[in-house]
Amino acid sequence: MSLVGARVIRKEDPNLITGRGQFVDDVQLAGTAHMAFVRSIEAHATIKSIDSTAALECDGVIGVWTAQDLNLAALPGVPGLQRPPLAMGKVRFVGEAVAVVVAEDRYVAADAAELVFVDYEPLPVVTNINDALQPEASLLFEEVGSNTVFEMPTPDDFQSVFDDAPHTSSVHIVNNRCAPAPMETHACLADHGPSGLTLWASFQAPHHLRNTVSGWLGIAQDQCRVITPDVGGGFGAKVNWTPDLFVAPILSKLLGRPVKYTQTRSECMTQMYHGRAQEQDVDIAYDADGQILALRVLVYQDCGGYPDPTGMGLPALTTTMAAGCYVIPNVSVAWKNIVTNTTPVAAYRGAGRPEASYLIERAIDLIAYDLEIDPLVVRRKNFIPPESFPYATHSEIAVYDSGNFAGALDELLNIMDNDAIRAEQQENLADPAKPLLGVGFASWLEIAGFGPPGSLEGFGHLGSWESVQIRIQPDGSAIVYTGASPHGQGTVTTFAQIAADYLGIDFDKISVRHGDTATIPQGIGTLGSRSVAVGGEGVKTASVRIADRAKRIAAHLLEANPDDIEVANGNFSVKGTPAQNVSWGEVAWASFRPLEIPEDMEPGSLDNTVLQQVPNFSFPSGAYACVVEIDKETGDTRVRDMYLVDDCGTVISPMLAEGQVHGGVAQGIAQALYEEVRYDENGQPTTATFMDYLIPAAPELPNFTSGRTNTPTPNNTLGAKGIGESGSVGAPPAVINAVVDGLHHLGVTHVDMPANPQKIWRILQGGVT
Amino acid sequence: MIPAKFDYKPASSAEEAILLLQEYGDEAKVIAGGHSLLPLMKLRLANPEVIIDIGEIQDLSFIEERDDHIAVGALTRHRLVEHSDLLRENVPLLAHAASHVGDPQVRNRGTIGGSLCHGDPASDLPAVVLATRATLIIRSQTGEREVAADDFFTDFWETAVNPAELLMEIRFPKVGDQPWAFQKFSRRAQDWAIVGCAVQHGSNPGIGMINMGSIPVRSSVAEEALRSGNAVIDVASVADEGLSPPSDIHAEVDYRRHLARVLLGRALS
Amino acid sequence: MTFPISVNVNGQTMEQEIDPRTLLVHFIRDDCRLTGTHVGCDTSNCGACTVLLDGEAVKSCTVLAVQASGHDITTVEGLAPPDGPFTPIQEGFRQEHGLQCGYCTPGMLMAGTALLNEIENPTEEQIRSHLEGNLCRCTGYEMIVRSVQWAAEHPDGIPVEIGEGS
Repeated sequence: MSLVGARVIRKEDPNLITGRGQFVDDVQLAGTAHMAFVRSIEAHATIKSIDSTAALECDGVIGVWTAQDLNLAALPGVPGLQRPPLAMGKVRFVGEAVAVVVAEDRYVAADAAELVFVDYEPLPVVTNINDALQPEASLLFEEVGSNTVFEMPTPDDFQSVFDDAPHTSSVHIVNNRCAPAPMETHACLADHGPSGLTLWASFQAPHHLRNTVSGWLGIAQDQCRVITPDVGGGFGAKVNWTPDLFVAPILSKLLGRPVKYTQTRSECMTQMYHGRAQEQDVDIAYDADGQILALRVLVYQDCGGYPDPTGMGLPALTTTMAAGCYVIPNVSVAWKNIVTNTTPVAAYRGAGRPEASYLIERAIDLIAYDLEIDPLVVRRKNFIPPESFPYATHSEIAVYDSGNFAGALDELLNIMDNDAIRAEQQENLADPAKPLLGVGFASWLEIAGFGPPGSLEGFGHLGSWESVQIRIQPDGSAIVYTGASPHGQGTVTTFAQIAADYLGIDFDKISVRHGDTATIPQGIGTLGSRSVAVGGEGVKTASVRIADRAKRIAAHLLEANPDDIEVANGNFSVKGTPAQNVSWGEVAWASFRPLEIPEDMEPGSLDNTVLQQVPNFSFPSGAYACVVEIDKETGDTRVRDMYLVDDCGTVISPMLAEGQVHGGVAQGIAQALYEEVRYDENGQPTTATFMDYLIPAAPELPNFTSGRTNTPTPNNTLGAKGIGESGSVGAPPAVINAVVDGLHHLGVTHVDMPANPQKIWRILQGGVT
Repeated sequence: MIPAKFDYKPASSAEEAILLLQEYGDEAKVIAGGHSLLPLMKLRLANPEVIIDIGEIQDLSFIEERDDHIAVGALTRHRLVEHSDLLRENVPLLAHAASHVGDPQVRNRGTIGGSLCHGDPASDLPAVVLATRATLIIRSQTGEREVAADDFFTDFWETAVNPAELLMEIRFPKVGDQPWAFQKFSRRAQDWAIVGCAVQHGSNPGIGMINMGSIPVRSSVAEEALRSGNAVIDVASVADEGLSPPSDIHAEVDYRRHLARVLLGRALS
Repeated sequence: MTFPISVNVNGQTMEQEIDPRTLLVHFIRDDCRLTGTHVGCDTSNCGACTVLLDGEAVKSCTVLAVQASGHDITTVEGLAPPDGPFTPIQEGFRQEHGLQCGYCTPGMLMAGTALLNEIENPTEEQIRSHLEGNLCRCTGYEMIVRSVQWAAEHPDGIPVEIGEGS
């Protein structure tokens, strides 16, 4: 029986359900000192002086250091705009590290951090894109001469197409700033002794961290071991460079003892890089039938206080995917990267693609409203036909691999009763006691499986491959080592499923190890929905290679032809004579004994390492529908139903794939209705706790109705496209299209996220947007 | 987040607690369940030098029927209030409102007295105390005094309980079969109310509002309209009259006013 | 200044002199070295630190360790004996994929345990409502609800081999 595609109970779970998981803060090394940061309370200011006297007098304080004391290089980043580990004379957002305290325990460290007095000279603050672009705006980086730190103009704005088009629509979209907010905040523990550095970190890419930290510290990579143990969620935010990762090793070496740092949630909300934070000008031209003629997108990316290379790259992904699953003959894209006095922005689940699906799926509904036709008709009219793949887009980056967008929409309409919902919608409209209903659709497409050579290198990674090493143990069990670095995805289980199928070894006899640069050859990490599409393919590649070698050994032991050997259920047998067999354990044992293997084989050959490459991205797609209820009096808006059809190609584990979709959709609903990082006019964060930043809990979310279509990707032999980010790409447009649908009788055609009750109430009061 | 250092003084009786309060005065804060005070201390918005722990004083946790009222000990946890048959029968508004405080973990730990002494206008139970016209019993070394609900909430996060005093019990008049209603509008079930209201019908109807002022307040204008026999729609339309609701990231003043009118309308329907 | 406390944690009495400001969650994690109980926020919103105090679910980040003196604490480590079997709710989370990263899971398990102690067969709405104080960023909650339902339907649990398909 094939395990790929089977409902398998996770290997990860036993430790995690018994409290035996090990997250960074759970690691307790003898002699550990605790680090805390003194953080800026100003959004934009020069630092006049820092007085550590009182802090140093605290019992248990080991030391207090500022940028001057440590003389540190800037963190890796955009040349000329790099972030200092500790503020150098100026702070650019509330929460920026100004000084660091180390104490005997975390309580004393917290006390002492409060006692460091920093004298600021406040500067004018820019907290949003509009303010930052004003001619007289205060500049974050005077030397750049503008808060626009990078600009990608369009080669052609297709103005003549718009001029000649029968119809056009335009919308200004705010894609709200979100906090990734994994349940485990970021944490690290550095032990930098004479023999080198061991760094435990809550991080998604241990080798990337090792390569970067060792380079920054000027130590050889063999002297630097990074361990990412259990990681309590990342969502793209645990691949960024924060000061603690660099300062902790320095101080550990200086003090000769381990140094630990664990973010508080309030710190996490201002330190962990935010996501989205885009505004977009979208113009779309179309004919009287709804056939799209041109799309023009200008993206304004708020990069926060220090532009991060990934953050600056988000608009590239947004504009690449801006045409979604539609044939659009003329696509014009441009973007600006803008700095503001806010937390820096980088990847958050979906990273640039939710912003794309949102803009194009909103634009489709605008066409439908303008022409007064069914939005599903507009979608079907413009879908890329299933026979058109590979499909070259306006972007050199994106050549769509496969898909069946009409098929997904058909399946969506199978799992929901759209007519009944529409009828109920009309009834409710007439009944003052009932809530408004809205139905929204999204035919979404994203870019995943990062990626082909060159795709991650631009973001500072060593490569775009993923490493897999499989080692057969002498008893016939197998260990899969991988550079993929899961933090909830269930990779230990899915990789074991793939290995079991292609090695012919029992699932129970396969372990998957990750998250330690000392034992795993090399690696890239878990990001960009790549683990199965790239790493999983690597598991298959290495498994097939090992199985072929094992067959040769089995053939040798059975005195048969290797071509006649088949492997199943832990046994090698000769085709046609199953009684003639040898177990995987016997083959494995023999593989280490020179006298028992073919003369041309070396002992220990059942060990293979692959840096798996893929030729192209994969493009998961799907069709989602959302039904919202809107309270006519309060504006309170709740998701009643979510219908989800995903096409991620081959599914390794249906249960885990469903879990990934649910989680992404939950975050998508959260972005659409609940979550928004906000600042007041002074740049003070007003949503820096879980009291004010509204992550939905169980009562706020519905059950999900799921369907599936399958167009395998040709870019790996598994056919798997990746599923980690889909939900967060597809859900926001479905939810907001539903909200707008529910309000359209009032003339509403757009509502910015989050559609909170006050905003909806104002619209119900007559404030049409 | 970690509270600042403090001296810890457990009290085994109300008398001992009052003596400790006298000794430490303004420097001291009383802790019971800790669910109002500890979050503030962790964010270092409160930094008391002395914590007097009254959490183990068993005889301040009770729900008793006495003549025309039900007496609830200050240390009675929300969960007991929520599940009390005596309260469900005689002061159902209180039992119901208690089931909406925080979340189950908070209700297992938080106490009615702690919630009231915190005096937070956004919290649920002060509105019930106002709506039911409860009486609060406060003890000092010189004896006990009764404070009417209307005199209890004095300023932002301030109550009539003086530094050397302890809230002992709250007396809720039995309401018999008189109707009641509780409305709470929040984004998430676990959240504080954006706006809410507690309504107790009777000969002298009470309408307590949640998060509609800098202190817990009643809607006197709506109460008067209700007493005068006005239609629901007219009573509801004056829910916010005379009140000064706050503005914050979740709701601005006009929206809070609107919500107050909607919620009172629903409570009266 | 320290204060002596005696807390029964998972059946074992822990006697210690502690700084009275020590939060129960830090006492459990740092002094008892039971690191299954997690800290996820500063404001009592997330429930990752949920433990049972005299059998009732509480958020151990919002209880002082001194307040737990003389009381019984059960943490996730106290649910199942080391040699198994898992309790129904633990098993339910495995069977129904109620966890991904696992960070909120101990708190969910403890809140779920308290729920099932109170209501044997909760409805979906009761489950969602009872877990209102526990945040999960991975699952979207439906599978957590299913996990609790599984536990309610299997009060004796079932022994399941790791990796068994179905």
